[in-house]
Amino acid sequence: CALHVICCNAGQFFSSGHTNNWAVLVCTSRFWFNYRHVANTLSVYRSVKRLGIPDSHIVLMLADDMACNHRNPKPATVFSHKNMELNVYGDDVEVDYRGYEVTVENFLRVLTGRLPPSTPRSKRLLSDDRSNILIYLTGHGGNGFLKFQDSEEISNVELADAFEQMWQKRRYNELLFIIDTCQGASMYERFYSPNIMALASSQVGEDSLSHQPDLAIGVHLMDRYTFYMLEFLEDIHPASKTNMNDLFKVCPKSQCVSTPGHRTDLFLRDPGSVLITDFFGSVRKVELTMDAINLTDPIKQMEENPVNGEEQKEVYSYADQLPVSEIIHQKPKQKDWHPPDGFILGLWTLILLVFFKTYGIKHLKHIF
Amino acid sequence: MTPYGSSSLAGSTHDALTRKSTTASRKMAAHRCSCSSWLFILFSLSVFVVADIHETTPVNDHHGGADHNAQTAEQTADQPAVEGRRWEATEVKEAATVDAAADTQGTSAPETVVPSSVPQPKDDFQEELVIRPLHSGDIYASFQFRTLWDTDFMRENKVSHYRLFPKSLGQVISKFSVRELHISFTQGYWRTMQWGQPFIPSPPGAELWVWFQDSVTDVDATWKELTNVLSGIFCASLNFIDSTNTVQPSASFKPLGIGNVTDHSFLRYATLPREIVCTENLTPWKKLLPCGSKAGLAVLLKSEKLFHSSFHSQAVHIRSVCQDWQCKTTSWELRQTVNSVFDLHNSGQAKREWSLFKMFSRTLTEACPLASSSKLYIDITDNPQGEQFELSPATSLLSQAVVLGDRRTFSVYDLTQETTFGSVRSLNLLIRWKSNEGEMLRPLLHAERYVAGYGLQTGEIHTLMYNNHPYRSFPVLLLDSVPWYLRLYIHTLSVTSKGKDNKPSYIHYEPSKDRVKPHLLEMLIQLPPNSVTEVTVQFERALLKWTEYPPDPNHGFYVGSSVISSLVPSTVAMDTNSTRERPLFSSFFPCKEESSYFVRIYTEPLLVNLPTPDFSMPYNVICLTCTVVAVGYGSLYNLLTRSFQIEEPNPGLAKRIANVIRKMRGVPPL
Repeated sequence: CALHVICCNAGQFFSSGHTNNWAVLVCTSRFWFNYRHVANTLSVYRSVKRLGIPDSHIVLMLADDMACNHRNPKPATVFSHKNMELNVYGDDVEVDYRGYEVTVENFLRVLTGRLPPSTPRSKRLLSDDRSNILIYLTGHGGNGFLKFQDSEEISNVELADAFEQMWQKRRYNELLFIIDTCQGASMYERFYSPNIMALASSQVGEDSLSHQPDLAIGVHLMDRYTFYMLEFLEDIHPASKTNMNDLFKVCPKSQCVSTPGHRTDLFLRDPGSVLITDFFGSVRKVELTMDAINLTDPIKQMEENPVNGEEQKEVYSYADQLPVSEIIHQKPKQKDWHPPDGFILGLWTLILLVFFKTYGIKHLKHIF
Repeated sequence: MTPYGSSSLAGSTHDALTRKSTTASRKMAAHRCSCSSWLFILFSLSVFVVADIHETTPVNDHHGGADHNAQTAEQTADQPAVEGRRWEATEVKEAATVDAAADTQGTSAPETVVPSSVPQPKDDFQEELVIRPLHSGDIYASFQFRTLWDTDFMRENKVSHYRLFPKSLGQVISKFSVRELHISFTQGYWRTMQWGQPFIPSPPGAELWVWFQDSVTDVDATWKELTNVLSGIFCASLNFIDSTNTVQPSASFKPLGIGNVTDHSFLRYATLPREIVCTENLTPWKKLLPCGSKAGLAVLLKSEKLFHSSFHSQAVHIRSVCQDWQCKTTSWELRQTVNSVFDLHNSGQAKREWSLFKMFSRTLTEACPLASSSKLYIDITDNPQGEQFELSPATSLLSQAVVLGDRRTFSVYDLTQETTFGSVRSLNLLIRWKSNEGEMLRPLLHAERYVAGYGLQTGEIHTLMYNNHPYRSFPVLLLDSVPWYLRLYIHTLSVTSKGKDNKPSYIHYEPSKDRVKPHLLEMLIQLPPNSVTEVTVQFERALLKWTEYPPDPNHGFYVGSSVISSLVPSTVAMDTNSTRERPLFSSFFPCKEESSYFVRIYTEPLLVNLPTPDFSMPYNVICLTCTVVAVGYGSLYNLLTRSFQIEEPNPGLAKRIANVIRKMRGVPPL
C-alpha cells in the first residue's frame, strides 16, 4: 500500500528537481559587540540541521568565537532569545571556517570550488547540478558591499560573478540567497544567473536593526529579520507544505522596522510551489527498484600471511626522552661540502712555489 | 559512524569480551594451581623486599582459587596498617621477569581462545578518570581513553576493517605514514605553582607534533597536507600551520612510542597559541571514542560545564607501543585525554563541597560496554585518614601508583562492577571539605616568561626557570620558537643563575628568514639546586606589510610557549618497566632510569604589540589625492583646453517663427 502511494506520487515527488541539499552559512563580523551576527548564523544552522541537512553538507563560517569568548558569562553557549531561552550553539556544532579563516577569498573559493587540493571535505562545497543550495550571509554592509572581519569587503558584482561561475560549472540546481545586513537588497541587485531566489532584510537606504538586548550578556542577541525568520522556521517540520511565499511575508515592516525585500525574476518556478524544505531541509527522496540484485557472490576474505621469522625481528625500545650526553656530543651538521683544509693549504703553497720558481725573489720589486 | 551501528556492535563485543575473559581467567587459574608454591615464595619475598607496595590480587579476578585467597589473607595479616581496605594491584606482572614462560602463556591465552576462524587483530579500549582535589580548592579532572590495536597501518594491503579504532585517524596514519602524532587544544594556562604537574602537559592554544616514518620523502609537503586534513577532522584552524610557525627541533620531542631510530629530520613541531578551543573541537573529539558520548565516562563531557573551567585541554596522542613484554611486535595506541581544572568557588557557591553532578551536571550510570576497564580514581594521598575531606560513597578499594616522581594513593571505583553504582543505579561522587589548610609540596621545577622593555621598537624576552630542589641540580632542555617578526639579537643571549653566568652545554640556533621560517633556539642548561635561572634575549619588532596584519592587529601578536623538557630527580624509585600494566595516567612518558622522571612544562605564551600603521591612511591618501587632482589639475586642464566663443544672444520668438517660415520657403534665415 505504501509502495503504491509512492508510485503514484512519484511525479510530484521529484518535481523540485534536486537530489541533495547544501548550505553555506556565513557570519562575517568580528568582535564581541557583533554577537548577534553569530547568533543569526547559528540559528539558521540550527534550523537547517534540525530539518535534516547533515553537518557534512553545511559549510559554517564564523568570523569570531563568541561561545568561548572570555566576555561570555555562559561559556559554550550562544543565545538567540533574551533570558537565555534558546541556546543555538548546541552541544554538537561543527564550525568549518572560523576566525581569521573567514575571508572574502575563502568564501569565494568555497562557492566556486577552487580550493587547494588538500582541503578536507568538511571545508568544501561539493555540490552538483542537482543540488539546492542555501546561502545565508550576515554582517555589516552598505550599498553594494558586505564587510568581512571589518577589514575587507565583498561587492555585489563579485558575488553575482561568483554565482555565474557556479552556474557555469553546474554547481547548483537552485540557489536561495538570504542576507541580513544594512541595505541588504543592494547585494542581490546585480545577480544575473538563472535559478536564484534572493531575500534581504532591508531595502537600499535602510538599516537592518537589532533585537533582543540582554542585560546579562550585555549585547543584542539577534537581528530583527533573522529573529522572526527563526521563529518562522521553528514551526517548520520536514513534512510541512509551507512555501516561499510564506517566507516572503516574514517580518513585515511593523516588526522589522526595515522593509525586507525579495527577488524572484531569475527563478523559474513559481515561489508558491517551492517548499521551504526544498532549501532548508534535506528531505530524502527514495527511488525504488524492482530489479533483483544478486548478493550471493561471496566476499573474499583477505588471507593474512602468517608472520614468519619471529626470531629475526628486532626488539623495540622506548626512546630516551632527554639523552643528555647524546645531546651534548651531537655533531653539528655540515650543511654544504667544503674542501678539506689541508687541500686548500697545499694549493696555496703550490701557487706560491710556482710564483717564486718563475720570478725568483729578485723580481719582487717589479710586482709590488 | 551512526549511533545505532555502534550500539548494536557494543552488545556483541561485550559478549565476546566477557566470554574471552572468563576462559582466560579459567586458564590462568589452572596455571596458578600448578605453580602456586612458586608464587607463594615469590609473593612472600616481594612483601619483604618491597614493603611499601601493598601487593594483592587483581580486583576483577574472582576465579583465583582458594589457595590464592589464602595468600591474600596471609599477606594482609603481614600488614596490620591496612584494615578492611582492599588494595588494587597496580603492578600485575610482578612475576613476569622471573617466570617468563608462564607470562607468555598468560598473555597469549586470550588470542588462542578467540572462537573465530580468521584471526582478528586484537583491540582493546580502556577509560579512566582521575580526580585530584588541589590545595587551591580547585578540582583537577583528567580523563584518559586508550584504544590499543594490534595492527600494522604500514602494510601493503590497506587496513579496511575498523572496530574500536577510529577510521578517520587510521586512514590519516596510513596515508601520511605517521609514526607518531600528538595534538592538543588548550584553553587557559596550567598554573604549575598552584596546581602541581598535570599528567599530560599542553601549551595554551593548539600544539601539533608529528614524527613521520622514514619512508616519507618530502616531509614538508606531507606535513602541510596532514595539517590541512587534521584541521578538517578537528574543526580547527590548523591549516594556518605553515613554514613560518613550523620548526624541526634537534633535541626536544623525542618519540614517545617505541622505535629504534630517531632521525630528527622526520619531526615537525608547530603551535598556534591563539587557537580558540570550543564545542566545535570537542564534538569531533568525542566522535573518535568507541562509545561516543553515549556511555561510559564520556557522558560527563558536557561542553557547557567543561568550558566553564579555569583550564581545559583536550588532546589526541597516537603512538606505537609494545604488544607484549618482549616488545618485538608493536601495536598502535590512541590516547585521548581531557584535562580540566574546575574552580570550586564558581560552582560551589563558596561552599567547599563538590560532586560529579555539580561539576559535570551528570552522574555516571554505566561503563562504556566496549571498554575492558573503566575506572574512576580519586587522589587521596593528602587525605589518608579523611581529615581533609570526606568522600561519599566510600570505597574500600585503594590503589597506589608512582606518577611524576611521587607515590600517590587513590580510591578506585570500578565502573564495570554493578556494585559501584549501588541501589540507585547511578554514581554521584561527593567530596566535602573539612579543613581549609593544607601545605602543598612546591613543584621541583616551574618556569615563567615575560616580555620586558618599552616602546614599539625593541624588547627583551625573559624566561625564568626555578629549581626548587634543595640539594640536587638537574638538566633542562629549553626550546623556543619565536616568529620571524621578532628579530632576535642572539648576541645578547645570556643565561644566568645565582648571579653567575651559566654556560649551556648545548646550543642549537636556527636563525629566522623573513616570511619563511621562525627562529629556533634550543639550549641544554644545568639548573643548580635551589636557584632561579634566567634566560634573556633582546629582540627588535619588525614592520609588516600592511596586508600581512590580521583584522585586529591592535590585539597584539602571540609568541608560542617555551617548552622545557627536564629530568627531575624523583623521591621514589620510578618504574622503568614500560611494558607493565599500569593505570593510564602513570604510563604516558616512558621512564629510563629509576632516580629521575621526565617532565615537560610549558611557559606562558607571550603577547607582543607590533608597530601598526594607520590602516585608514591609504583611504585618506586616496581622498586627498583625488581632491587635489579634481580641483587643481582639473580646473587648469579645463582652462587650457577650452576654446572661448562669444555666445550670440538668444533670438526672440517672432524671429524664430519667421526663420521657420523662411526655411520652408527656401530663403536664407535672418
